[in-house]
Amino acid sequence: MTGFFSLFRRLEGPQTVGRGRAFWGLFAIVLAVALAYPLFSDGYTVGNTVYFFVWVFIALSLCLIWGYGGSLSFGQTAFFGIAGYGYGVLTLNFGAAYGFTLVAFVAAVAIAALFAVLLGYFMFFGRIAGVFLGIVTLAVTLMLERFMAQTAGPEWHIGAARLNGFNGMSAMPPLTIPWPGEPIVLFADVGLYYFVLGLLVFVYLALRILMNSSFGNVIVAIRENPERAEMLGYDVRKYQLITFVIGAALAGISGVLYTAWGQYITPSSMGMTAAALPLIWVAVGGRSDLTSTVVGTLVVLAAFQALTIYGSQYALVFMGVLLVLTVLIAPNGLVLGAMNWLGRLAARLTQRAG
Amino acid sequence: MSLLELRKLNKHFGGLHVTNAVDLTLEPGEIHCLIGPNGAGKSTLFRLILGEHHPGSGEILFAGENITALKSFARIHRGLSVKFQVPGVFKGLSVRQNLEIALQSRHRGAELEAEIGRLLGFLGLESEQAQTAGNLSHGQKQWLEIGMAISLKPRLLLLDEPTAGMSPEETRMTGEMVQRLNADGMTVLAIEHDMAFVRQVAQRVTVLHLGQVFAQGSIDEIVADERVAAIYLGQAHA
Repeated sequence: MTGFFSLFRRLEGPQTVGRGRAFWGLFAIVLAVALAYPLFSDGYTVGNTVYFFVWVFIALSLCLIWGYGGSLSFGQTAFFGIAGYGYGVLTLNFGAAYGFTLVAFVAAVAIAALFAVLLGYFMFFGRIAGVFLGIVTLAVTLMLERFMAQTAGPEWHIGAARLNGFNGMSAMPPLTIPWPGEPIVLFADVGLYYFVLGLLVFVYLALRILMNSSFGNVIVAIRENPERAEMLGYDVRKYQLITFVIGAALAGISGVLYTAWGQYITPSSMGMTAAALPLIWVAVGGRSDLTSTVVGTLVVLAAFQALTIYGSQYALVFMGVLLVLTVLIAPNGLVLGAMNWLGRLAARLTQRAG
Repeated sequence: MSLLELRKLNKHFGGLHVTNAVDLTLEPGEIHCLIGPNGAGKSTLFRLILGEHHPGSGEILFAGENITALKSFARIHRGLSVKFQVPGVFKGLSVRQNLEIALQSRHRGAELEAEIGRLLGFLGLESEQAQTAGNLSHGQKQWLEIGMAISLKPRLLLLDEPTAGMSPEETRMTGEMVQRLNADGMTVLAIEHDMAFVRQVAQRVTVLHLGQVFAQGSIDEIVADERVAAIYLGQAHA
């Protein structure tokens, strides 16, 4: 029991907004609603909600690297694509039996993380920082997009998996959990919903613990003043690399889930638009806070989809306007600004009551 | 054995010879002040000692070990610590978190909390602990950074203009603090323009001019040296 409480305490700290009974009470209510939601909805809508959840992981990766770490990566989609294609290649070759899709999930994320180790090593140990980091990461993701786009010919295949150029790779099996009797196939509805929701809650809580640990302290210290952090004895580049790799793995989770959700992945998932959108979700929500990032991403994604349905060509313009407004009105993010305002209001009220 | 030894240290920035064959030795337990006109190469010398710049030639020995090729963080682990000229605090974080980041690699849990409390008291920043460091006054930022630097319990503390922007009273208090730390065994190398501070604390003074060691001795010897007075007035450009 004491272990449970000490773990719970580690969820709170200066790096995350939202603490105390009020916040966790609200968290429990939201979680309960999220758990009950499929009971009151149809399969298609639930599947659509999963689609929103899928993107939260890549948003969290940017929150970690950019919001907390202060390094703007414009190329999180590179890891998204690598993991997505990785999952496709592995499952198209080895199938879905014996829980292999779950192995492929982990392996694809590991491949993306490994690529981040290589890329991150050359960037951080080569002292690339600031805007140049954004340029290099963007170049990498666009390069991968161009490369995958020219793989239409039959000679481009890995085992049984055709890469298919711009048309993308499809027909990979969905995630499948082995079960005595009948394996549980997670199609893009209720089954996948609970799987992704569980993963999301786990990742969110784990990141809260990580960012409020001494490791998280060093990460924000590097954002604030890398020279001072180094002069307190921290190997800045090592910490930056570790953060970058964790971020790549998170983007990879998005990539695998996206591919498993639609049984489909294309090179444009690593293109310019795809690379820019997560930046907008995270900036609008509040890049330096996990909760703001999750809430902001879900709200912006839902609004974006509603706009594409009702006024298709204006959706991207709206996103641009939203970004400009955020930068002008609440540079730290709209959701984070609102949460801080609520926090101050609550503090004032309790002060008055006491 | 001397604590720090610089041997024939050279550094060029393009055609500018900012550090020119500098030899400097620091004995354990001394307070050594580095003075000289603007552009004399004082801060560059600090950056060379800290590993932020690498010398074109020459060697840096710390406690007998050649640290010339070591990375900055590794030199900190050997027992170096620094307070920068421009206060290098973590501006967006609270005062408390600033100290926590400095202390967390040596202390954990309740011990960490106690150390933070002790340091806040030492710096007189208890009532500001929840304040964002960027909102502190200039003098308080200086104190906070000095606090972070000494929290590493270094063998050699480098101070780059520790009293810049401080009132005479604050300057005197800083001097007393440096002397207290020195009494506990900390060796100090300070760059300082404030001669009242230098007079208060320095046991030895080195004058740097145009990247070279120009003069060395006690503060009285340095003040009596007419050549030193001349370079401060800009008359001795050889």
